[in-house]
Amino acid sequence: MSKNISSLYSKKVMEHFSHPRNMGTIKNPSGRGRVGNPVCGDLMELQIKVEKKAGKEYIKEAKFQTFGCGAAIATSSMLTDMIVGKDLKELKKISNQTIVESLDGLPPVKQHCSVLAEEALVKAIADYKKKVKQ
Amino acid sequence: MKVYLDYSATSPVKNEVKKALLPFLENNFGNPSSIHSWGQVARTAVEKARTQVAEFLNSKPEEIIFTSGGTEADNLAVRGISNWSAKGKFQISNSKPHIITSAIEHYAILRTCEYLEKNNLAEITYLKPNKEGLITKEQVKKAVKKNTVLASVIYVNNEIGVIQPIREIGKMIEKENEKRENKIYFHTDAVQAAEYLPMNVDFLHVDLLTISGHKIGAPKGIGALYFRKDVPLRKIIFGGEQEMNLRAGTENVAGIVALGKATEVLRDKKYEIRAEKTLKLRDYFIDRVLKEISEVELNGSRQSRSPNNANFYFKYVEGESILLSLDLVGIAASSGSACTSLSLKPSHVLMATYNNAERSHGSIRFTLGEKTTKEEIDYTITNLKTIIKRLREISPLGVK
Repeated sequence: MSKNISSLYSKKVMEHFSHPRNMGTIKNPSGRGRVGNPVCGDLMELQIKVEKKAGKEYIKEAKFQTFGCGAAIATSSMLTDMIVGKDLKELKKISNQTIVESLDGLPPVKQHCSVLAEEALVKAIADYKKKVKQ
Repeated sequence: MKVYLDYSATSPVKNEVKKALLPFLENNFGNPSSIHSWGQVARTAVEKARTQVAEFLNSKPEEIIFTSGGTEADNLAVRGISNWSAKGKFQISNSKPHIITSAIEHYAILRTCEYLEKNNLAEITYLKPNKEGLITKEQVKKAVKKNTVLASVIYVNNEIGVIQPIREIGKMIEKENEKRENKIYFHTDAVQAAEYLPMNVDFLHVDLLTISGHKIGAPKGIGALYFRKDVPLRKIIFGGEQEMNLRAGTENVAGIVALGKATEVLRDKKYEIRAEKTLKLRDYFIDRVLKEISEVELNGSRQSRSPNNANFYFKYVEGESILLSLDLVGIAASSGSACTSLSLKPSHVLMATYNNAERSHGSIRFTLGEKTTKEEIDYTITNLKTIIKRLREISPLGVK
């Protein structure tokens, strides 16, 4: 038997599921986005640290915590990988589609996990902007 | 190490069974309805198997119908009786036949009842289990109406392994029937019970009972329905006159022979003896998991529980990611989590019992089989501890 559940997912998804990047929390994060609901089986929290350099605001650090399936954990991990080092304008290019592409695809029933990741990012940035204004 | 702990999903074909069925795929390939010798060899084998199944259930051979599996047998029981009663006195008295069942039935019963309900063909009562996953005879009694024709309660629940008090319910219905004009027939889906529990239909006081081949060491695609002689069953599959004109279609001879043999193998030992080793291993497994992993609960009753079922709720983690992690270390289990199903709906059994979606998402079912060893259970516990710890670190829920 060479096939197992993991063959439902791409190698990249399994790699991020088995060895998630940037897992955990940040002390005094600049922004946080919590999306989903344990009742629905997915809960994601993204925390970001934003710094200013040469007039640009960029993500210095990103951490996540996720309650969810393999796809939910892998998308959160991939998201943090994709945003670290980027400035806020570049982040606009990141969507659920680009996350799915970076993971070499997700099964159709798991597409919603990538939407959740995108929502977490949007929410975390909005939280940061709100804090800056205050 | 490869550890299969999903015997309630399906089991391997037993050696004796394989040996018995193979000739019917090769030389003895005849159609039991043919009058030549090829046909007669097949006919004899089918009738022998019917006798074997009948002996296993303590019934008569003519009370056994072979079907394509448990699902068809369940369909035949429910629709077979509702088809009969819809034509009878209930239509005249302007009421539909009433069926009592539980909210934690297998989909084969549940979806069939829902179909009848939606199409105005029957009135259905779905009994809710208590927090142990149990349905009581009092609940069934309370639900009885004038137009009740059938009660169907699953013997061993396929997810949480709870054993329902079938004998008590059966006896109660028998008493009720003494006072009634129209009889209530009592069906049980015994698919998950056949290996380890009493299957004597007189002892159980049931009128109909479903078994499936692939849960007891026969192949997939074969099952049987027992129906007591006086049950007014009507066919649901039309065609030829096979199976006493109650189930059309050329018999699955090899499958039937296999089911016959599988029940004979079970009958060789008393059920208590068959269950002994598995029960001990299960208790060892449950005790260690509850002791060595924090924030874990057992789903379903501990006392009234199938000897081969352990179903745990691991707080703060999601079932699919547990299954995926177990699979990576070679362990097969199953989950009530929505994320493992195509529908993305949480398990109806866990929802009906606990009304807690988080619990459904975080629950894993392990089902043991005759080949399960203590080493396999130890390996599973060791890995489970690491997996739960890791996933809880990833999770934002719980105390860190």
